[in-house]
Amino acid sequence: MFVEIQHHLSAWGSFDTWIVITASLAAMACALPGVFLVLRQQSMMGDALSHTVLPGIVVAFLLSYGLRDAAWISPSTQLATLPLFLFGGAVVLGVVSAMLTEFVQRLGHVESSAALGVVFTSLFAFGLLMIRLKADSVHIDPDCVLYGNVETVKLGVAGIPRATAMVAGLLVVNLILVLLFYKELTISAFDPNLATTLGIRARLMHYALMATTAATLVAAFESVGSILVITMLVAPTATASLLTDRLPTRIVVTLAIAFTTALLGHAMALTLPALVFSRLGFPEIKDASTAGMMAVVAGMLFSLAMFFAPRHGMISKALGQTRLTFRLACHDQLRSLYQAERAAALAATFEPATWATRHGSMLQHLATWSLIFTHQVTRTSHGHQLTSRGRQSAEQLMKAGNEHAPA
Amino acid sequence: MGNNHFGTSAGIAGTFLLLRKRSLLGDVVGHASLPGVAIAFLIMELHEPQSGKWLPGLLIGASLSGIAGMISTVIIRTCTRIKEDAALAITLGGFYGLGIVLFTIIQKLPTGSQAGLANFIYGNTATITQSEVDLIWRVAIVAIVAAGLLFKEFGLLCFDEQFAASQGWPVVLLDLILMGLVVAVCVIGLRSVGLLLVVALLIIPAASARFWTEKLSHMTLCAAVIGVVSCYMGAVSSALFSRLAAGAVIVLTGSVMFCVSLYFGTRRGVLLRWYTRRQLNQRIATQQLLLAFFEILETSVPPAPHQSLTDTTVSLDELLPKRSWTAKQLLRSLRDAQRLQYLASHSEREYRLTAQGETAARRAARNHRLWELYLLQHADVAPGHVDRDADRVEQVLDPEIIIKLETALFKKYPQMAVS
Repeated sequence: MFVEIQHHLSAWGSFDTWIVITASLAAMACALPGVFLVLRQQSMMGDALSHTVLPGIVVAFLLSYGLRDAAWISPSTQLATLPLFLFGGAVVLGVVSAMLTEFVQRLGHVESSAALGVVFTSLFAFGLLMIRLKADSVHIDPDCVLYGNVETVKLGVAGIPRATAMVAGLLVVNLILVLLFYKELTISAFDPNLATTLGIRARLMHYALMATTAATLVAAFESVGSILVITMLVAPTATASLLTDRLPTRIVVTLAIAFTTALLGHAMALTLPALVFSRLGFPEIKDASTAGMMAVVAGMLFSLAMFFAPRHGMISKALGQTRLTFRLACHDQLRSLYQAERAAALAATFEPATWATRHGSMLQHLATWSLIFTHQVTRTSHGHQLTSRGRQSAEQLMKAGNEHAPA
Repeated sequence: MGNNHFGTSAGIAGTFLLLRKRSLLGDVVGHASLPGVAIAFLIMELHEPQSGKWLPGLLIGASLSGIAGMISTVIIRTCTRIKEDAALAITLGGFYGLGIVLFTIIQKLPTGSQAGLANFIYGNTATITQSEVDLIWRVAIVAIVAAGLLFKEFGLLCFDEQFAASQGWPVVLLDLILMGLVVAVCVIGLRSVGLLLVVALLIIPAASARFWTEKLSHMTLCAAVIGVVSCYMGAVSSALFSRLAAGAVIVLTGSVMFCVSLYFGTRRGVLLRWYTRRQLNQRIATQQLLLAFFEILETSVPPAPHQSLTDTTVSLDELLPKRSWTAKQLLRSLRDAQRLQYLASHSEREYRLTAQGETAARRAARNHRLWELYLLQHADVAPGHVDRDADRVEQVLDPEIIIKLETALFKKYPQMAVS
């Protein structure tokens, strides 16, 4: 199997390197605003925005061609400015949809996720309808707009693909924005009311974040496709939030995870489908969508973190829970032995202080064994008995217990 | 036909989903069903070539992966520190990515029977066959009947989950059934409106219905009707004009109805709320105006009890500094008060109270001051949320307390005594 993987990866060329570079830059560019979107609990905004930009793109497209037909701009300028038009249209629609959502939410007292759902589906349907109606003059395939392919990275000037340069620029801009507005973004994400009292325009920050997200999404759609963008907005930072507790570290870890996801995703897209499908009898299958595979990898990394994260993972949480239960059971045993000792001492001072410990659950037996193992309890012919060390810790426990619960 | 049943079931399931504040779950289920469709296609194709597009098989695959997606959001939300929204987005992305991977693989299969699977993404009513329609409406009927039978239980689940649990209802099971209902609706919607828009039919009818009624049964009915109308309009228009995509028209019809409901809804509509708020503002303004009149008159008229207040006029310049109102606001309240016949205009800027106005002003002042005294003397037992301008002192307080307060009041303001 390793030979097979090696074989599939041996075809790795400079083209694949560019794909990974582009995808990882795009992933990191998306993950940055994603950190704050997830903090503000607006993760689904990415999915919504990826739908709502469609009408913006269509209108910008029609506008551009309309201007050419009306002879306002020459055909060559029109072709040159078309990407700018599409970009502008998409960003405007991104902000408009954020505003519309808030408008519906406030005006109609509609719950926020429902408001988002109403707005984004309506706008998307509107965009689809326009494409259908203008099918003669517009040659937009929604697939093309929304599901751009990383695999179609073309070499541009100076050997650097245009898409790569674009997402690199995007990452730099986002980094600068985050560094410049780090304090404002953080405060208004954690506590909008505090932000307002400190003189930070929380709503302005909200819209600025939306505009940045929309711009990032649109720029990244074109180069890597919407599915990757939606996932990269949320998954790396969610994974990082399971691994870290402080925001600066979380941002760094998020970026690292985004990069890993892109690398692993492309490698797996080249190897995994062939591995599986050649065994199923389809030797034709060589590779699969890199963007899709990256999304899958992002999900897998998240589930890994979900189970195995050192502090917030499910396994370590379960272990911690068990450890706590066990410790409490040990304390319980010590305390009951101590109480029995005291009771016997009060009742008849001359009787030997040994007792059978409480017979009971598996947990209690385990606790007793561990106490014997740590020399806090000894087994005598009469039953279990506290050692001097055990008595000391029991006394401490009683004291602590009395302090915490005076009753 | 199949479409209409779909609209009904979507409206009903959406109502419960909206009330449970999980509207976007439909979106996740829609996206999560994609890998199921692809896997089902692959399995059927491996088993017997050219059989991959058997709809029941594809729908079963879609339901299974939809359920898997839903369960994974629930696990992420309950077992980790990740919030609901991120859980939804991660599940959506991961499953949809898997779907895309499998679709690109399917496209490269040599069997060539994969054409038309893309209909699941955007939906296509034009190419539905009769057997597919039959399947869709049967599933829809089952969903509707299930919702009808469990209506009370679902209602309880939506409004007070803890109470339902404490009453011994199997809350988890009910929740699962409700989610299963949502999955069923999403899956049968895939074929006609597509996975990208199926969420619209879960959210929009329910959200629109919310503006018209406060009763769960009415809301469900209303959402079902809106769902049906949207689906019917979509089917008709795409049949009449071949260029209109049915899915998009269905959603846009729903959006138009949402906008209409948003403004004209008879329970929570914007216009209605605006009107009631205006009414309230007007009432408060009139009360304040009468109070201001009384305050001016009690200083100018000799402070004897039973003295009539209707003879003395009050000028605009006297009224203006009494409250923090602008001249424009004051003039508007004065107009309103004249319309209610509380005031009569004496000259251009002079007004006096009518007999009716005097009664109202005295009552307003009395209530206001009684409340003031009450809060000063008995604030420790003050009811927190009384409407202190309203004429309800007698309804809220005990008669003994009122008598005590009135004695104190007349001691402080002798002119308040009324015959």
